[in-house]
Amino acid sequence: MNNKIRNLSSIRESMYREEILDLYKNPLNKGILKNPTHKFRKLNPLCGDEIEIQLIIDNNKVKDVKFSGVGCAISIASASLLTESIKKKDVKDIKNLNNSDMINLLGIDINPARLKCALISLETLKEAIKNEKQIKRKKK
Amino acid sequence: MAKDKVDNNKAKELKKDFQILKNNLIYLDNASTTQKPKVVIDSLKKFYENKNANIHRGVYKLSALATKEYENSKKIIAQFINAKPEEIIYTRGTTESINLLAYTIQSIIPKGKEEILLTEMEHHSNLVPWQEFAKRNNFKLKFIRLKEDFTLDLEDANKKITEKTAVLSLAHISNSLGTINPIKKIVEMAKKKNAITIIDAAQSAGHMKLDVKNIGCDFLAFSGHKMLGPMGIGVLYGRKELLEKLSPFNFGGDMIERVTYENSTWNKIPEKFEAGTQNIEGAIALARAVNYLNKLKMENIENWEKELTKYTIDRLKQIPEINLYNHGIENSSGIISFTIKDIHPHDIASMMDESNIAIRGGHHCNMPLMKKLDIPGTARISLYFYNTFEDVDKLIIKLNEIIKKFNK
Repeated sequence: MNNKIRNLSSIRESMYREEILDLYKNPLNKGILKNPTHKFRKLNPLCGDEIEIQLIIDNNKVKDVKFSGVGCAISIASASLLTESIKKKDVKDIKNLNNSDMINLLGIDINPARLKCALISLETLKEAIKNEKQIKRKKK
Repeated sequence: MAKDKVDNNKAKELKKDFQILKNNLIYLDNASTTQKPKVVIDSLKKFYENKNANIHRGVYKLSALATKEYENSKKIIAQFINAKPEEIIYTRGTTESINLLAYTIQSIIPKGKEEILLTEMEHHSNLVPWQEFAKRNNFKLKFIRLKEDFTLDLEDANKKITEKTAVLSLAHISNSLGTINPIKKIVEMAKKKNAITIIDAAQSAGHMKLDVKNIGCDFLAFSGHKMLGPMGIGVLYGRKELLEKLSPFNFGGDMIERVTYENSTWNKIPEKFEAGTQNIEGAIALARAVNYLNKLKMENIENWEKELTKYTIDRLKQIPEINLYNHGIENSSGIISFTIKDIHPHDIASMMDESNIAIRGGHHCNMPLMKKLDIPGTARISLYFYNTFEDVDKLIIKLNEIIKKFNK
């Protein structure tokens, strides 16, 4: 019983490693793009997190990517790491990214209650790459 | 009097009645659910080991025993809120109690009334059922305004309680802000306009003395699990004359008097509202919880909570980064909400959890209220009588640590 509790708390200890807090305080790729070809904004009403991801996709490759929004340390760190990892990647590879890829990228054990925070940026990204048409239509 | 007062030493002593608190857990999420003392847990086991039978039907001794214990639990709970046993209806909890009313109250609303009045601080459980009621019956929903100091605007209440008000339903204590509302005064205002009055006592039952006669309300709802009882048992109190007129909610066994293939007549109250096999062991265990509280005396519990709340608020106020959503100790329960600039409430709660301190972070089922306050949520501490100064001290140390870590 006691051991179990100790194990649990040691897992959770690692959720707020220095790297995660650093990415929250100084996020990577935060901002907006001038001419995005793809973008999507996602809201998690449960915690008030809001993430928008904008991309410039050229020849099926990610030329540039930025994110904006508000959220907890876990969601902002995830968005930083995810956007950093997809630069110059093929759209096809992004489509293949799954939840465990995202968790691995974060490199921490996520408490199930916080899984949504870790995954919101991946979900937003997947919607964004489907979302080319809307922006093009708006331009006309 | 003085010798049975609950103080820090007594609270430490009482903690030992709770197995779950023996593992260095600092439990400060009592508004969500309280922990259960051994006597309550034991009573569940004892019921299934020695008394398990269905009630009101068996002619054998075991059924008679289960029936007697069940009926007795109603007497204990009725006494706890100064009601009659037949005015106590068991439900699954506050949410179901309010839903029961939202589905049946049309049967006792006088003609010409067309508004439901709530407040801006209601829990979703005292909001969503009324939104649905309003849609079904073409009623208007109105809300008593919340002032800047997180108390209700009584002038606004006075304006909004009119001849058109069919139902006034409000929380005794706000589950996210901890404000204790002046329910007696508001009920009195509503009575003058012949409105039916409902009190959501989910956060006050088990924390302070409740007297339905004194409050003067028509209905009052609370949950067993927020006052030491098991989950899945709750109470709806209703004034006898109104319960007799009110249509039943669930239909089926035990709630009937006579049934033909075509038609049925209803049992007397409270059975009219208790169709099907009830949560019998839950009811009995809830009565055990009430006995436990009675032994401590509600006024002692209330006084200790007040002292500990004051201590907690004073300590929180010493941390400049903390923004309290509390209007001061005078009308404040042991529910304390706060935010810290640039730290999401979920991060605060998760980091607390690393040190085995359980607090809540989020919107607390108050989404419209959080929107009004323009925040995604708050971190919330909620105290109970088994909490101690030391629990609060550990919380404060951890809070300072979190702030330091984020500001580095």
